[in-house]
Amino acid sequence: MKSANSLPIRTAKDTAHKNMLPKLSRRHRTLIVLALTTLLLLSIVTGSYILSDSGLSVNFEIKNQAPSMNNLFGTDWLGRDMFTRTVKGLSLSLGVGMMAALVSAVLALFLGICAATLGKTVDTAVTWLVDLFLGVPHLVIIILIAFSVGGGIRGVIIGVAVTHWPSLARVIRAEVMQLRSAEYVQVSRHLGKSRWWVATHHLLPHLISQFFVGLILLFPHAILHEAGISFLGFGLSPDTPAIGIILSEAMRYLSTGMWWLAFFPGVSLLIMVRAFDILGNNILLLLDPHKAHE
Amino acid sequence: MQLKQLILFILGKMVKMFILLAALCLLSFWMVSNSPVDPVQAYVGADMMLVGPEQLERISAYWGVDKPPIEQFGRWASALLQGDLGTSMIFRRPVASIIKERFFASLILMGLAWTLSGLVGFALGIVAGMKQNTWVDKAIKSYCLILASTPTFWLGLILLIIFAVWLNWFPLGLAVPAGVLTENVRLIDRIHHLILPALTLSVLGVANIALHTRQKLVEVLSSEYVLLARARGASETEILWRHGIRNIALPAITLQFASLSELFGGSVLAETVFSYPGLGRATVQAGLRSDVPLLLGCVIFSAVFVFSGNLIADTVYRVVDPRIRHKDGAV
Repeated sequence: MKSANSLPIRTAKDTAHKNMLPKLSRRHRTLIVLALTTLLLLSIVTGSYILSDSGLSVNFEIKNQAPSMNNLFGTDWLGRDMFTRTVKGLSLSLGVGMMAALVSAVLALFLGICAATLGKTVDTAVTWLVDLFLGVPHLVIIILIAFSVGGGIRGVIIGVAVTHWPSLARVIRAEVMQLRSAEYVQVSRHLGKSRWWVATHHLLPHLISQFFVGLILLFPHAILHEAGISFLGFGLSPDTPAIGIILSEAMRYLSTGMWWLAFFPGVSLLIMVRAFDILGNNILLLLDPHKAHE
Repeated sequence: MQLKQLILFILGKMVKMFILLAALCLLSFWMVSNSPVDPVQAYVGADMMLVGPEQLERISAYWGVDKPPIEQFGRWASALLQGDLGTSMIFRRPVASIIKERFFASLILMGLAWTLSGLVGFALGIVAGMKQNTWVDKAIKSYCLILASTPTFWLGLILLIIFAVWLNWFPLGLAVPAGVLTENVRLIDRIHHLILPALTLSVLGVANIALHTRQKLVEVLSSEYVLLARARGASETEILWRHGIRNIALPAITLQFASLSELFGGSVLAETVFSYPGLGRATVQAGLRSDVPLLLGCVIFSAVFVFSGNLIADTVYRVVDPRIRHKDGAV
């Protein structure tokens, strides 16, 4: 009875929304990616807490060992377990990247809304600011900022945040501009709704989704830049095992042929970055009605 | 008439560029003068215990860091306008000559990587676009997307491990063989040292240009004039040559010029991995060892470099593309 009932309903639904089918499959794919990415993220964060510090203690009896069952990613020149170091480093990099992406996205939201609502002068000023920040290579700005705040996590977060907002700010500016001239917003205004009401009921619901997608898409770039700047030696101090630091230490042992020192941390970073990129792009396609049917 | 408009366009862009550069100078000077790093201390370094307070005062007077920041900026900016970028603290040479020398080395590296990534990316994009939705297309697309998520410096490390350590095909770093006088370095040695860094640096750009070209080609191929060409019985090669390339070459070239910012950023990392003595390496050294004049010089020079790239991209687009030219010309 139950199965006989559910079957016709499902087919009826499918035929009624025939062109919704690819969208549903993308939605399912996105959900799967979301679940996997969350799982990966959680396992890295919890892993960095669960893994004891014993893997990080110096043990010359097992130094320079290739990957094995005991040490999945091998050990370094001090006998430290590379798997423990990678997981902890990744968790630290993720934290810094997340923080930087968040600050950057908030900055983009603020400047984007300002540009779209506060008149022509502010708009021009923001556009010039965008041009300025796109005109200097990101890494050079981050080096400058890291130098001016004297290095450390703060420098990395400010540097990455300051360099990554322009693209999202542009998107948000365009979105607000479009919304402001939309008919239902105009009607709402003429019906005597307050600016605040319009902002919270019409603008915010649209911007929230843009904001989160922007945030997710900023995130992989933020981690890559964080790793790069730490690798160059401007970021975290050498005793914190961030991915960039691990790789820059691995660089000094390159000629010894210990490939696992550089290989595994980098691959883990790559997988993390790619996962967030896929997630962000899938959600972006889902939210964009023009592209949702592709 | 058109030439006049073009000149006006370029002049307008240049004025904007100079205003932005002036703003950048002010901003970067303000940032370095706010740095907690004491330039005198950074200059003296480990000899701090040996240097007396009077000597410290004389050093700071020599570098002019005992004056208030506004006066320092005035002196620095007026010297800058005369083309004098100051003297580097770590190299003890004029910043301008260091930048010139380093930029030449970087230019060879970046130029090679830039050309390589442009050609390979364009070719991959065309193949993917022509073989749309086949496994070739999917393979190229996933390859590009993975490349886009790869940290440049890590890729450099992996290439070094494979080609320099295991296979011993290429040297581990530097631009010339160690322990050989400059005049004895052969061209082949330089090229030999250049291949791995250039390869590393080119990878980032490939993904960008290939995906963009593919997208454009797909658009062109689904247009009505291509449909008509197909109906006429034109072959795929003919369609690609007549309609495809003509429409996708220009955006690709523009994109390639606009990517100079990423290229420079990538060269900072690639030069560090390969200890290549270019401008990117100089920037890193200046930042790590608190060489303020050199750091400021590198920041400003990199901005000029990127702005020029963007200006070239805009100009090429205007000169070559009749649609943009006529749109503006009609006003």
